[in-house]
Amino acid sequence: MSFPWAKHYEPTTDFGRYMDSRLPLPRLVYGALGAGYPTPKNLNYFYNFGVLAGVALVIQIITGVVLGMHYAANTGIAFDSVEFIMRDVNNGWMLRYMHAVGASFFFAVVYVHIFRGLYYGSYKPPREVLWLLGLVIFLLMMATAFMGYVLVWGQMSFWGATVITNLFSAVPIVGEAIHTWLLGGFSPDNATLNRFFSLHYLLPFIIFGVIILHVWALHIPGSNNPTGVDVKGPQDTVPFHPYYTAKDFFGLGVYLTIFAIFVFFLPNALGEVDNYIPANPLSTPPHIVPEWYLLPFYAILKAFTTNFLFIPAKLWGVLAMLSAILLLFFLPWLDTSPVRSNSYRPLNRIFFWVLVADCILLGVCGGKLAEEPWVRIGQLASAYYFAHFLIIIPLIARFEKTLPLPNSISESVLAKYGRTPPPGSAGSFGGTMPQPAE
Amino acid sequence: MASETQLPHGDDLTIDGERRRDFIYVATGAFAAVGAAAVVWPLINQMNPSADVLALASIDLDLAAIQPGQAIVVPWRGKPVFARQLTPAEIAAANKVDAKTLRDPETLAQRTKPGNEKWLITLGVCTHLGCVPLGAREGEKRGDFGGYFCPCHGSQYDTAGRIRAGPAPKNLEVPQYAFKSPTSVAIG
Repeated sequence: MSFPWAKHYEPTTDFGRYMDSRLPLPRLVYGALGAGYPTPKNLNYFYNFGVLAGVALVIQIITGVVLGMHYAANTGIAFDSVEFIMRDVNNGWMLRYMHAVGASFFFAVVYVHIFRGLYYGSYKPPREVLWLLGLVIFLLMMATAFMGYVLVWGQMSFWGATVITNLFSAVPIVGEAIHTWLLGGFSPDNATLNRFFSLHYLLPFIIFGVIILHVWALHIPGSNNPTGVDVKGPQDTVPFHPYYTAKDFFGLGVYLTIFAIFVFFLPNALGEVDNYIPANPLSTPPHIVPEWYLLPFYAILKAFTTNFLFIPAKLWGVLAMLSAILLLFFLPWLDTSPVRSNSYRPLNRIFFWVLVADCILLGVCGGKLAEEPWVRIGQLASAYYFAHFLIIIPLIARFEKTLPLPNSISESVLAKYGRTPPPGSAGSFGGTMPQPAE
Repeated sequence: MASETQLPHGDDLTIDGERRRDFIYVATGAFAAVGAAAVVWPLINQMNPSADVLALASIDLDLAAIQPGQAIVVPWRGKPVFARQLTPAEIAAANKVDAKTLRDPETLAQRTKPGNEKWLITLGVCTHLGCVPLGAREGEKRGDFGGYFCPCHGSQYDTAGRIRAGPAPKNLEVPQYAFKSPTSVAIG
């Protein structure tokens, strides 16, 4: 799966040749992450975030497996076992803070990754399946993060679990049965905590599996790039190694520096203090909020306050929150503009930033008490979110006058430095389509 | 490798396009599907409440210490129960509303026991997403309708525990209970 000018793996040692005809693992790595993977030469730092998300998952899995050696999934001692990790387990405080801060960072990185895809049109053909797999990963991440948060068994854990599992009871007729089935009881209790621990341990490995599919789907057409123009020939690409391995390692260094600052100096800055109070089923905290990365969806859930069209407000809220994510699965077919990158879409670019602002505003509303003016603002911001994808994007795709695209990636790069490509180089290469793996 | 056996080919089809082998394929698939379903069901059903959770718990509640206007919170099946002695003003406020105009139409009389209208016993579980509403303890916010106020998403209940504003669809649930004496009830 690469362009026809990709370099081929040549084993240099006898052992290399021996392995190559038995288990060609080095060949796979060479072709996927090495000099055998030609990559558009104009990728900017926003293209680091895919690799960063992968590293964030690995950090979560490693710290999580280690924490699982000390944590006890029983309502009587779960909260205390977390404090025991913090105080008594050797380096436990660091591992737990890495895991908690790591979850926030994982989402932060993935949100940048998603918005980068939105800006450069990476969801458009031929990368729709890549986009869909990414959304599946995002859904799995939300489920995993939610269940992990419950394991602490603090007040926010308990009441977050109560609120989120109650979403299922909004389903007509079978809702209550599903709710009871999920909890293994009538309210979150020991059965709930145990199964959440089991699933929280399982899901990251499923995420890992979907990531393999995600990377596979990426390597068939190859990376999109900031111009959104297809690769036309060898002059448009550089080998992944050493060019992007170096760039990714630099980005990783910056990421790990910021991560370390949070782990060591601001470990609770992104969390809710109420979760340091042990769970109490008889007392709801005055203000239940999810972690920051779920706040925009929480705002959409809260936006429906009255029954309407014979559907109860509660079901509307649940449907809206679910559709807010499911909508993204249809994006490749809602945005029919043939131009990928917003660099050449002046009108869509404006609305891209409006969407970013709208999502931040939803996040702010999600964190506020259910009081005016935040309820009204949250309703308007939710309405915009849906209008953006269902009305604005299809209309822009039809009527927007896009800017002229460069003939090739190479030409756009050279134009930046006031040069023109040598005559006949752009698009001169015969095969522009990626070839399947050998 | 000469063999007398004739394997069925595409041209062995009967007039209506079916082969004997098709039946075997379908029967095998159906048998496997039934077998898979039989194995999957226990895997799904294990997540339903276990026997100890289902074992019904009932509690006796002494109301003697609750003064008019006061409420207590007691746990029952892992959920809070609010037991409140309504003041005459609260009863009047609840009866003044035309029940037909409400989201979940019920009168105070329907939500209490005959002769004991002043005792309002409900689950302390918001019918929206299951939070515990405020208002049962002294000094807590009770909302615009003087009953209970859910802090999670702003649902407001009136003095009869009926939903009046906010996203909750139903009135606060009234559990099964019976008076054993004028000042004690058995819940469950």
